[in-house]
Amino acid sequence: MTVQSVFPALEQLLPRVQKPVQYVGGELNAVVKPWEDTIVRWCLMYPDAYEVGIPNQGVQILYEVLNERADTLCERTYAVWPDLEKLMRENGVPQFTVDAHRPVGAFDALGVSFATELGYTNMLTAIDLAGIPLHAVDRDETHPLVIAGGHAAFNPEAISMFIDGAVLGDGEQAVLAITDIISDFKTQGSPGGRDELLMRLAKSGVMYVPAFYDVEYLEDGRIRRVSPNRPGIPWRVAKHTVMDLDEWPYPKAPLVPIAESVHERMSVEIFRGCTRGCRFCQAGMITRPVRERSMTTIADMVANGLEKTGYEEIGLLSLSSADHSEIAEIAKGLADRYENTQTSLSLPSTRVDAFNIDLANELSRNGRRSGLTFAPEGGSERIRKVINKMVTEEDLIRTVTAAYASGWRQVKLYFMCGLPTEEDEDVLQIARLAHEVIKAGREASGRKDIRCTVSIGGFVPKPHTPFQWAAQLDHETTDSRLYKLRDAIRQDREFGKSIGVRYHDGKPGVVEGLLSRGDRRVGKVIEQVWRDGQRFDGWSEHFSYDKWMAAAEIAFADEPVDVNWYTIRERDLSEVLAWDHLDSGLDKEWLWDDWQDALSEVEVDDCRWVPCFDCGVCDHMGTEIQVGPTNAVMLPMPTIPSRVVATSGT
Amino acid sequence: MARDRDPGREIIPAVQKLRIQHAKRDRLRFTSHRDFQRAFERALKRAGVPMAYSAGFSPHPKISYANAAPTGVASEAEYVEIGVVQFVDPEKLLAVLDEVLPPGLDILAVVEARTPDFVARLEASHWRIELPGTPVATLEQAVESFMSSSEVLVERMTKSGIRTFDARTAVIRANVESGADCGILQVVVRHGVPAVRPDDVLAALKKVADFAQEIPPRVTRLAQGPLLEDGWSVGDPFTLDREATQA
Repeated sequence: MTVQSVFPALEQLLPRVQKPVQYVGGELNAVVKPWEDTIVRWCLMYPDAYEVGIPNQGVQILYEVLNERADTLCERTYAVWPDLEKLMRENGVPQFTVDAHRPVGAFDALGVSFATELGYTNMLTAIDLAGIPLHAVDRDETHPLVIAGGHAAFNPEAISMFIDGAVLGDGEQAVLAITDIISDFKTQGSPGGRDELLMRLAKSGVMYVPAFYDVEYLEDGRIRRVSPNRPGIPWRVAKHTVMDLDEWPYPKAPLVPIAESVHERMSVEIFRGCTRGCRFCQAGMITRPVRERSMTTIADMVANGLEKTGYEEIGLLSLSSADHSEIAEIAKGLADRYENTQTSLSLPSTRVDAFNIDLANELSRNGRRSGLTFAPEGGSERIRKVINKMVTEEDLIRTVTAAYASGWRQVKLYFMCGLPTEEDEDVLQIARLAHEVIKAGREASGRKDIRCTVSIGGFVPKPHTPFQWAAQLDHETTDSRLYKLRDAIRQDREFGKSIGVRYHDGKPGVVEGLLSRGDRRVGKVIEQVWRDGQRFDGWSEHFSYDKWMAAAEIAFADEPVDVNWYTIRERDLSEVLAWDHLDSGLDKEWLWDDWQDALSEVEVDDCRWVPCFDCGVCDHMGTEIQVGPTNAVMLPMPTIPSRVVATSGT
Repeated sequence: MARDRDPGREIIPAVQKLRIQHAKRDRLRFTSHRDFQRAFERALKRAGVPMAYSAGFSPHPKISYANAAPTGVASEAEYVEIGVVQFVDPEKLLAVLDEVLPPGLDILAVVEARTPDFVARLEASHWRIELPGTPVATLEQAVESFMSSSEVLVERMTKSGIRTFDARTAVIRANVESGADCGILQVVVRHGVPAVRPDDVLAALKKVADFAQEIPPRVTRLAQGPLLEDGWSVGDPFTLDREATQA
């Protein structure tokens, strides 16, 4: 079977839509392979607009890992905006890849990477535009497998009726294992059809196949139990963990789009996992243990990536980049290497306590001294103990003082509202903290033009965290606390004008909360709201709380549950959680104990530096902490002779 | 907000300027001017071109862009000038830059800048407009009434609101040809203020002849440069630089 490009038909529509360049592909380092030369064909999707999706590291890594296989091709697709969706429906143009503009419905697998649950409606649009039946149960051999990945896949129950499978954890080895199974199956002539393929995938443990599990409910709406409905299907499906990141130095040839994207820089992941133990942080909990990439590999990836992309900024990515055991050496080594070039370095996430001024100076040596960002997350000392963000007010003041004294004029502080046990007073402490920051900053810098921006959003409890049992704060109380904080800062006569406040209202958090701790019944809400036209929920101008609530009203009409039941209800230890059969490695009792410690304001340390706490991950998953130092030395870059300079002066 | 850039940073002046002609083809015709600028600057880095940078807090590479074709319009004749801090071989630059740019953004010619007032030399553009589904006869009729008018006012949305201007006077020549399943319009348009673009010409044609056009046109800028002695041919704007180099 050969597959035709839909570009000739799409091309007619592009002059009539906003930013047509986002649909044409043509990225540097993109790969297009002949269809007939391959056995397994993957389409990867990031379910948001192209400009948000294209920089995504997960998609870029898997794209390259898959395309390196001779028997496999991999292309990409992104969410199309409503203007193009309408034209595509009118003109019968299906969801397409940007690489070769092949119809998504022709691929073997559609892998969708969910960084957030707010991409669910966009996945439905793509499936539907691709001509794939919306419900997995209605699909046959001619349709791609729809596979969810990314952090939200650790509880894919809300989308379980739309997906064929979900992959938990690191994708590099998992996609290759899935490809092997699909390849064998196709080579054998697809015996037993789609059902057999899904059985093979589920039995291998590589992928969670929701259709092979039954969920029973108690009369009050809670789950009685989740159990496999076929022999050979595992009771629990475990996450994947890539050990030794030096063996997986992807992306080797990062995609550089022609269209503008949200991250105009090259990213290099310097470690995976985080054991700081912040109790609200799902990413930190589900990506354990910490696995560092060595300084040498990082330096090679930076050099190679710059040469292949032409980017001027390098972002050193991780969940808390200043925690790399050799971050000082890496920052200094890279700053030395790229001195007097236009290349600059950035650390997107740094902790207050891991930050030091030497590191900041190295980072800004070749670049601009833009604002510094820190995330104390909680306004009061007490609430920071609850969430285990072990940062004292003293740490914060010391750090910002050093920053203002070294020439930074702007400090951004991130906080959350609606944390467990929180009272108004905990949030109002943020105003006092910001006041102290400005006071210290003015003294340290001797200037009055320094600023502090407070950014605050509503907390959403997530699965596989100690707060998975917690009641989410209702949006009315969240908003009222945010307004009180805003007013308190405005009333600060002395420094109020130096403090900016940015806050996000509580309503989107309610929907995120419904989806993230949702079970299979929530799928009906997603379908209903999507049928009502809801798209692009991550964009405030497209998000509609009222549509979601109206859809929930309809979808839950015959159920003993409602939106509040999923969001503002506290759970107890005996309740079967919708994601209990999905194994992040974390021991449920350990999580419960940590939740109890949170309520008692007891902190827990980081297992990189103190003995193991038996969170369960390493024992259970056969993994271990991989940290340096390696004591390697970053050598200066050899000078590469220019290919364009005239050999003898003209 | 930010500390000043290291005042000791060395500013190296440009020793040479080069003029580059490039194309914007096929699917990359949907590239906007800003998109092209970013892609081009990154390509210069990948090609290892020793760019000159502006001074100041936020240094920019020395690049001047002239008369970019609109988004969605293909072109065989876009022009860019760059300043470099080491002498660059124009032929090598052509080859390497073309290699590092994606197919569709293609480098066609490079000359060393030896003459002043380059932009002023770009007097007119030659556009080829394919109109799928429009019969040649209909198009010919429209062109005839357009060319016989002394003025055809059209409207265009600009940043400062709707602007009305004449689209006729700038059009020096208009020919109709027949293509596979389309009428093809070839127009030579003199540059001016406001610039009359291909869509303005089409709007004017629709106004005088009222022909419906369902499928979006495919527009290509074939040439951009000085008007030759015949008064309507568009010449190569690099001719003067080439002659100066050989001299």
